[in-house]
Amino acid sequence: MDLFEYQARDIFAAHGVPVLGGATATTPAEARAIAESFGGRAVVKAQVKVGGRGKAGGVKVATDPADAEAKAAQILGMDIKGHTVHRVMLAETADIAEEYYVSFLLDRTNRTFLAMASVEGGMDIEEVATTKPEALAKVPVDANEGVTPAKAREIVAEAKFPAEVADQVADVLVKLWDVFIKEDATLVEVNPLVKTAAGDVVALDGKVTLDENAGFRHADHAALEDSSAVDPLEQAARAKGLNYVKLDGEVGIIGNGAGLVMSTLDVVAYAGEEFGGVKPANFLDIGGGASAQVMADGLEIILGDPSVRSVFVNVFGGITACDAVANGIVQALQLMADRGDEVTKPLVVRLDGNNVLEGRRILDEANHPLVQQVDTMDGAAQRAAELAAAK
Amino acid sequence: MSIFLTEKSRVIVQGMTGSEGSKHTRRMLAAGTRVVGGVNPRKAGETVDFDGTSVPVFGSVADAMAETGADVSVIFVPPAFAKGAVVEAIDAGIPLAVVITEGIPVHDSTAFWAYAQGKQTRIIGPNCPGIISPGKSNAGIIPADISGPGRIGLVSKSGTLTYQMMYELRDIGFSTAIGIGGDPVIGTTHIDALQAFQDDPETDAIVMIGEIGGDAEERAAAYIKDNVTKPVVGYVAGFTAPEGKTMGHAGAIVSGSSGTAQAKKEALEAAGVRVGKTPSETARLMRDIIAGL
Repeated sequence: MDLFEYQARDIFAAHGVPVLGGATATTPAEARAIAESFGGRAVVKAQVKVGGRGKAGGVKVATDPADAEAKAAQILGMDIKGHTVHRVMLAETADIAEEYYVSFLLDRTNRTFLAMASVEGGMDIEEVATTKPEALAKVPVDANEGVTPAKAREIVAEAKFPAEVADQVADVLVKLWDVFIKEDATLVEVNPLVKTAAGDVVALDGKVTLDENAGFRHADHAALEDSSAVDPLEQAARAKGLNYVKLDGEVGIIGNGAGLVMSTLDVVAYAGEEFGGVKPANFLDIGGGASAQVMADGLEIILGDPSVRSVFVNVFGGITACDAVANGIVQALQLMADRGDEVTKPLVVRLDGNNVLEGRRILDEANHPLVQQVDTMDGAAQRAAELAAAK
Repeated sequence: MSIFLTEKSRVIVQGMTGSEGSKHTRRMLAAGTRVVGGVNPRKAGETVDFDGTSVPVFGSVADAMAETGADVSVIFVPPAFAKGAVVEAIDAGIPLAVVITEGIPVHDSTAFWAYAQGKQTRIIGPNCPGIISPGKSNAGIIPADISGPGRIGLVSKSGTLTYQMMYELRDIGFSTAIGIGGDPVIGTTHIDALQAFQDDPETDAIVMIGEIGGDAEERAAAYIKDNVTKPVVGYVAGFTAPEGKTMGHAGAIVSGSSGTAQAKKEALEAAGVRVGKTPSETARLMRDIIAGL
């Protein structure tokens, strides 16, 4: 889960990382009040989870409260790379002498954590990494040893921070590592970390990504989620405990197992090339169990998507037997009929694996007018794409 | 032969008395696996009956190994306790730890991976279906009746695609099929399995299944080019996955322009691996290779 800048700022502050005063506003009037509390001057910053907001006009300096109100009015509602600005953060201003970059992240390739630091902050770090790789220090951090003061000094030396800020930057690194570990983050990035004219080192902008698998030990993390940005179908699916991702096509997909479902999307997209470019409408993994209730919940979400024109149910009976899956489909359709849900979209079902003949027999016998079976995954994808194109 | 798991493997189950653990212990026993014990400190000294086979419960992995000579542990404990269970297995010096548990925080898996370095435990997973050497032993949750023994080696990030591929090629059969898991940090990698299959005299050809996220497939491609002489066919899932969305597996995410299925396919093809467009086409490519051997 990616956090907004203001959420990152709050977490930094809670772990003792030096930040400037800041507060958020969703209306220009609120922005004005915050600027007043700062004594007038403030930076008004769009809160969107996308880079390049400065260039897009989403960060402006306000000279007084009235100006803060005006700048907030300009920024609120702005569209930045497809993200609408619903909130601005007002931050105190600083006289910036130098801009640096520091981060901790998960390095998948080397299966370790990585510290990155540069005295050339403020710009896109990926650009620094490609154009001036020698200016970006990369120091592996052992998960069990962590960032001790000695390790922090090693990172500082590696990145060649000026002597007068070395101790302060090392201290910031130890505190950011605390954020990284204690919050179960997979990314903690400060860009820029600045030296002010007065010589203080302060985190001016922050990016934090949290590991959702660690949610069980962070009761407070759920509140950080921006539910307004989640697709309503994704939200409904999550409420039912389903693993669903909305996509922009026409063929609804239900399958078991993340790999098989991803593969199903691809196979449908290939098949769709023949039928005017129809594409998968979603990712939905109902997992190993595939009970009637889960199948009904999944069907309900998918049939509730107005762009869906056909549904492809692709199940490989591994641990679950196909007869149980077939019964699940029949009962799910019955369950939906009983509660008055209108099912009008055709379902293409492909069952294979454990007890497949019995599974297919159950579906044949149920003889539901909307359900048709195709024995192979490729063939079923073809049929589902064809039906989506025909409607 | 086979890789990592043989008919001689003596398997213990950490979390055997939990619902998943007991369900799959029963299935492993039914598949002929030599399950010699379970581990649960609160139930040490008890035995659990699985359809007439009585399996003792030990207080620790070390005790279980000392009493039974176990050399494989299959771990089913819940995410919050998984790191402790893996560390215990590493400390006991078990040669192979198969971590089935899904949803382990990546800080925990990164920590136990780091802890295992320089020690004798091979880790498979987490978030994986485990490993099966058909007809010999089954450590994990892969259904044992999909395919019998044969000469194909299979390594995959995905459980259900493993099952699908085994099913498509069940008439040829498998030396070993190993699900390495869909998390961002895993123990055994594609490369580890490729190396072992290359060295295994009972494996003639290899199927490698990857998916979006990370660069494991690209590195495996480079490894194949330099080190693998046996034929390899590949499959990659996730061409249609949008950027920045996690597709079921915690590790299955395209970040910016990295981790795409297209890049993985191209890397594999550049290394001489034939890559199927669909699982069925991949199976056909393998069938052609086996027919030509």
